[in-house]
Amino acid sequence: MEYEIVIGMETHVEQNTASKMFCQCSAEFFGAEPNTHVCPTCLAMPGALPVINRRAVENAMMIGLALNCKIARHTFWERKSYWYPDLPKGYQITQYEYPIAYDGYIDIDVRDSASGNWTEQSYRKRVRIRRAHLEEDTGKLTHIGGSSFVDFNRAGVPLIEIVTEPDIHTADEAYAFLSALRDIVRYLGVSSGDMEKGAMRGEPNMSLRPIGTEPFGTKVEIKNLNSLRAVRDSIEYEVKRQTEVLNSGGKVHQVTMGWDDARGVTVTQRDKEEAHDYRYFPEPDLPPLDVSEEWFESVRKRVPELALSRQDRFTQTYGLSAYDAVVLTRDRAVAEYFEIAMGGIPARAKAAANWITGELFRLMGSAGVSAGINAVKASPAQLAELIEMVENKVVNINTAKSVFEEMFATGQGAKAIVDAKGLAQISDTSALDKAVQDALDANPGQLKGYLAGQDKLFQFFVGQVMKATKGKGNPQIVQGLLKDAIEKRRLSV
Amino acid sequence: MTLCTLTIQQAREGLRAGQFSSVEMTREFLARIHELNPVLNAFITINDVEALAQAQAADERIARGEDTPLLGVPIAIKDVLSTRGLRTTAGSRILENYTPTWDATSVARLRAAGAVFLGKTNLDEFAMGSSTENSGYGVTHNPWDQTRVPGGSSGGSAAAVAADLCCAALGTDTGGSVRQPAALCGVIGLKNTYGRVSRYGLIAYGSSLDSIGVLAKTPRDAAIVLSVMGGRDPLDSTSVDTPVPDFAVAMNGSVAGMRVGVPSEYFIEGTQADVTTAVRAGIEQLRQMGATVKEISLPNTRVALPVYYLIAPAEASANLARFDGVRYGLRVPGEDLIDTYSRTRGAGFGAEVKRRIMLGTYALSAGYYDAYYIRAQKVRTLIKQEFERAFEEVDIIAAPVSPTTAFKIGEKVDDPIQMYLADVFTLPCNLAGICGISVPCGFDAAGLPIGLQLLGRAFDEAAILRAADAYQRETSWHKKRAGDRA
Ligand SMILES: [Zn+2]
Repeated sequence: MEYEIVIGMETHVEQNTASKMFCQCSAEFFGAEPNTHVCPTCLAMPGALPVINRRAVENAMMIGLALNCKIARHTFWERKSYWYPDLPKGYQITQYEYPIAYDGYIDIDVRDSASGNWTEQSYRKRVRIRRAHLEEDTGKLTHIGGSSFVDFNRAGVPLIEIVTEPDIHTADEAYAFLSALRDIVRYLGVSSGDMEKGAMRGEPNMSLRPIGTEPFGTKVEIKNLNSLRAVRDSIEYEVKRQTEVLNSGGKVHQVTMGWDDARGVTVTQRDKEEAHDYRYFPEPDLPPLDVSEEWFESVRKRVPELALSRQDRFTQTYGLSAYDAVVLTRDRAVAEYFEIAMGGIPARAKAAANWITGELFRLMGSAGVSAGINAVKASPAQLAELIEMVENKVVNINTAKSVFEEMFATGQGAKAIVDAKGLAQISDTSALDKAVQDALDANPGQLKGYLAGQDKLFQFFVGQVMKATKGKGNPQIVQGLLKDAIEKRRLSV
Repeated sequence: MTLCTLTIQQAREGLRAGQFSSVEMTREFLARIHELNPVLNAFITINDVEALAQAQAADERIARGEDTPLLGVPIAIKDVLSTRGLRTTAGSRILENYTPTWDATSVARLRAAGAVFLGKTNLDEFAMGSSTENSGYGVTHNPWDQTRVPGGSSGGSAAAVAADLCCAALGTDTGGSVRQPAALCGVIGLKNTYGRVSRYGLIAYGSSLDSIGVLAKTPRDAAIVLSVMGGRDPLDSTSVDTPVPDFAVAMNGSVAGMRVGVPSEYFIEGTQADVTTAVRAGIEQLRQMGATVKEISLPNTRVALPVYYLIAPAEASANLARFDGVRYGLRVPGEDLIDTYSRTRGAGFGAEVKRRIMLGTYALSAGYYDAYYIRAQKVRTLIKQEFERAFEEVDIIAAPVSPTTAFKIGEKVDDPIQMYLADVFTLPCNLAGICGISVPCGFDAAGLPIGLQLLGRAFDEAAILRAADAYQRETSWHKKRAGDRA
């Protein structure tokens, strides 16, 4: 039998705020010694109280807006009670009844899974967002030998949990959804979106149902996915497994599966969902959260144009190729660099795209610039200056490339480098004409040969003139002058 | 007896004038505590070394001409408030070995004002109780009659003030825990408006009801302490950003023209007759002093008790989840994680705490939440509105604090409902989040003190302090000391 796959995605995004959700502790804990980013509040010492991190709320609102959600103007915090050693208070402060954002959607481009390219089979689809709410992260348990250790550095770091409607139907769509979501949180600057570091954790819950039928099949949840690839692989694996079970007349059990990345298989983690009663109730230590119109507006203004919209604009308005548009918009800083470098002039878009995806990325790669384009010394305004100099034939393209290398290394402006090194092209015909006449005078044999039909000797003369001008001769002018001079001599012979 | 009977006001005057030093005063208190605590058990931890160091430092500051509101004044602190470097047990065995590294905001403000901390006073475990019998460290005895309870949960603080073991003491009041022991011990007990004093560092029982108050010898002393510790604290989001008047000034004046409401629901059958008589006489006294007395009705008073016993335990059930033996306090290792939790909490918590955790867990459970917790919250809103309406017609409300005077130790321990009824007149104030004070207004046939409760509008502590102070100027009940009895 043929089955339809139904997937809903629950994603936890860890925010990159400076401090934790409810205390002043630094939230930048990655790689820190265990239990060094802690205080009475995030350790739940007796009597300690939470205080809201406004920035974390704003980040959640921004994500909600980027996901086309409605933003709740009145919400409150709730306690979700359960026992675990990594949960210091014995409850998590979260939003249950009124999430900060709800009823949204995200458009995703589902590309070729192998190449990542847009192909004939690629398509764009909409995934509805049910809700996005704020909560705090837990600590981290490590088991060594017979002992367990707990590190509370992560406890209280702000999280946003994003829940979709069951609109995802293939592993590739799940992949596309998460990568689009990752791009969005990076664009907003609210999270590194790094799945490998646990800053984004996607948990698909999926079921199979015979095509054409309505009721959902039994839901299986997959956890422990540390990369986009793992999300795709685990879903593909589960589809195969569940199809086999169903086709052999068996039943899929409601379980939580863990993905074993090394072996490429899912393993049952929890047999049957225990009937948890989290005993939610409003958090008495925090006043309800009211989002004023002014606050909402100030946050809304901070939401930038997102990658997908920029992509469309770059292809439609600037005439860039789909490939260039994707490469230039994946990173918000690159997209912004590009737009400054092209200076809003569509005719310059292709040139700016070539400079960035070609020279700049090559130089960044060989210089090992890992901090991204913002760390590059050459500013986009300086690149714009260089592009203009090429357009105006002040420098030729080869000279421009060496000028750009200098800009990249020193951060000096294009014009400053060209002036200092005297690299400007000689376009003054009288100066060039002298060099042309000299070249013809000095090489009568070659001239005779050219006039006799050896066309390739023309380049010899171009080379002679460029040599005499130390490479600064405007090649087009040099060629024109040469042609004229040779024709004159042909007539005078 | 000498320095131990002084009020804060008198102590400050004497210290400022150089009549005695804070070290002298502190030594006298410590000596008295060591003498009487074996009998009264008012203190769980006595802070000998640090107290003398604080007194020494205060004397040096006084010598330099410094003058802060509590400079050199010996104070006791209920052991449910976090004190830096000083063991804080919450009256529970689960925190027997817990010494905080940080001060509660209220404590920090007292410290900054120059107070000397004599020690941590006994209480019902996690402030759950009305007799101090639920303490993991033994019952506190009432200084007026050692066979009787001091009330609770701030029984240690009330007994310490009554027995002159400190100038004043901090208490906490979730359902009457400052006012009721104050009444039973014959001292002043001020319960502040919810949000007036930061709860940061108060080991939570019922977070939406907990408030920090003062047990003192005079209303004026209570006012001095409130002025020091009141006011918005960025560490407590429920603390309110409203001006803190200098209460010692704001309370000046008389009760002439003050409208005093007397709710009929607070004068009910089952109340000890001489309590009703004394309270009625107290109200009559206010009338004679120029107040207008008006009968009012607060019909929801009768449901305050069940509402309280749904909301407070519900909050407590989550608040006490942190005591899991993982990060601090008692840990009793078990076979596995769940077993460790069970053994730790089983051994660390007393019976009443377990009872309330179970009550609260039940009230929050799926299927019961709407019927219990949500309904209780709705009724709580009605109670609050009822007070707001009443305060449109009257300035303060006068009533008994407790239906009985101090009862015998052991008398009610086997009957939780009887014990809960001890708070029937004090709970509504917490549910409404308003302020209240207990003032000595007489003695019963057995010579045990009786308290008059004055309730005020939210953030209008000045009104009840003014009335209490005026009342004490005209009466002498408060002049009789527990020590005089013997
Ligand atoms: Zn912290």
